[in-house]
Amino acid sequence: MDGMVIIGAGEPGTRAAFALREAGYSGPVTLVGAEPHLPYERPPLSKTVGDAVQMKLICAAEALDAAGITYLKGLSAAELDAGAGAVRLSDGRVLHYEKLLLATGARPRRLTCPGAAGALDFRTHADAEAIFSRVAPGRSVAIIGAGLIGMELAAVLRGKDVSVSVIEAALRPLGRAVPARFAETLHARHVAEGVRFHLDRGVAAISDDGVTLTDGSLVHADLVVSAIGVVPDIALAEAAGLATGNGILTDADLRTSAPNVFASGDCAAVAQPGGGYIRYESWRNARTQAETAARNMAGAAETFGALPWFWSDQYDLGLQVAGLPQPAHQIVLRSAAEGELEFYLDDGRLAASAGLGTGNGLARDIKLAEMLIAAGLSPSPAELADPGVNLKMLLKSARAA
Amino acid sequence: MTWVSAGKLDDIEQEGAIRFDHGGRTYAIYRGPDDSVYCTAGLCTHEAIHLADGLVMDFEVECPKHSGAFDYRTGEAIRLPACENLKTYPAEVIDGEVRVALA
Repeated sequence: MDGMVIIGAGEPGTRAAFALREAGYSGPVTLVGAEPHLPYERPPLSKTVGDAVQMKLICAAEALDAAGITYLKGLSAAELDAGAGAVRLSDGRVLHYEKLLLATGARPRRLTCPGAAGALDFRTHADAEAIFSRVAPGRSVAIIGAGLIGMELAAVLRGKDVSVSVIEAALRPLGRAVPARFAETLHARHVAEGVRFHLDRGVAAISDDGVTLTDGSLVHADLVVSAIGVVPDIALAEAAGLATGNGILTDADLRTSAPNVFASGDCAAVAQPGGGYIRYESWRNARTQAETAARNMAGAAETFGALPWFWSDQYDLGLQVAGLPQPAHQIVLRSAAEGELEFYLDDGRLAASAGLGTGNGLARDIKLAEMLIAAGLSPSPAELADPGVNLKMLLKSARAA
Repeated sequence: MTWVSAGKLDDIEQEGAIRFDHGGRTYAIYRGPDDSVYCTAGLCTHEAIHLADGLVMDFEVECPKHSGAFDYRTGEAIRLPACENLKTYPAEVIDGEVRVALA
């Protein structure tokens, strides 16, 4: 018996390995990672130091050793036999698990147009090295997809004096995860920084000259990067007969449909109290889900209920979004010296909040909003809109009441 | 030990923090809920993020980016992903002026 086995050594898999120890589990823990490195953080990949891509490790080899975690790198899972409680790795060895965590993550969605193979992805350390080793001041890059990854990369490349074009099929950039007000502010900032946008345009073909759009025009580029989102890596689970959809389906405790098999991170679609499944792609979600999954693997029966939260840095602007703003929410705007905050009220109750400002200037307020949301409070729109009203005081007076 | 003036206590919110740059380095100065003052290194030990932008609750400061947290009285890292303690420096208030000993 090989104890706890974790497939995927990104943020959730690695976090779960340590969280199993924190939960008091003392048996064998095996962490299996497909990449040829120690587990590393993905957010720093876009923040080059000079021309070098950072390799910020989640943990040093010594930390894995000290925690008694067996780390197998450069290997993936080839086959899962959930009935037998066994997983076969890409080198042929078979691990018999007590509990298994699928933390297989997601992989970049691929374009299907002619020449699509010429577009680079941006997800792994190797991807980052491929991109940044090919750019230089005066060169041109076409980024396909104006989501968070595409827009963050655009900002970083402008900082390196690279000419940037962004191609997006939708009418507006950042339409999926960013509230409209902040998407507009960020779009305007990119335009002011010299990014050329080709919105409402599809990609017909990619060639050595650049990208041919569906309207027939050519966007010249020395390098083409595809950033059109990710698809959850569910192949292993699907082949093993586990329930899947837009991700590996789990219950609220992060258990999959197979006994003793859990899932967390980008690959997991988690059952919601109101029905349906939600899959989050964020750094914090990867960690908090992994912690819940690890405690449940060690014997707890904990429901995953953390509020979704993410950040995005573009130029000197910092965006943070806590909760899931919905079209039906009442929006309350607060303008402060550091930037703008929006609060989203669901029938009076604070349900979500977002802010865009210089650096991390609004992080404190977003954190306080998170605490107000977690406390189930219904602050008045007038108080929320007034920058003179300290959110910490709202929280304290509610706690004292 | 060389004491350096770091501004007025009134300029720091109660249960709050400010960034203080001196001699090419950056620090965070905290005013506790009881008006006591403390000084730590300014950047989170996980990634180089200014802690003074983070939320101060009681005697805890939380990194504004990854939610690692420290007890700013002792510098102790009390929540992941921060695992390395913060360096701390003596701080005092004299006639409403905050002074820190950075040497």
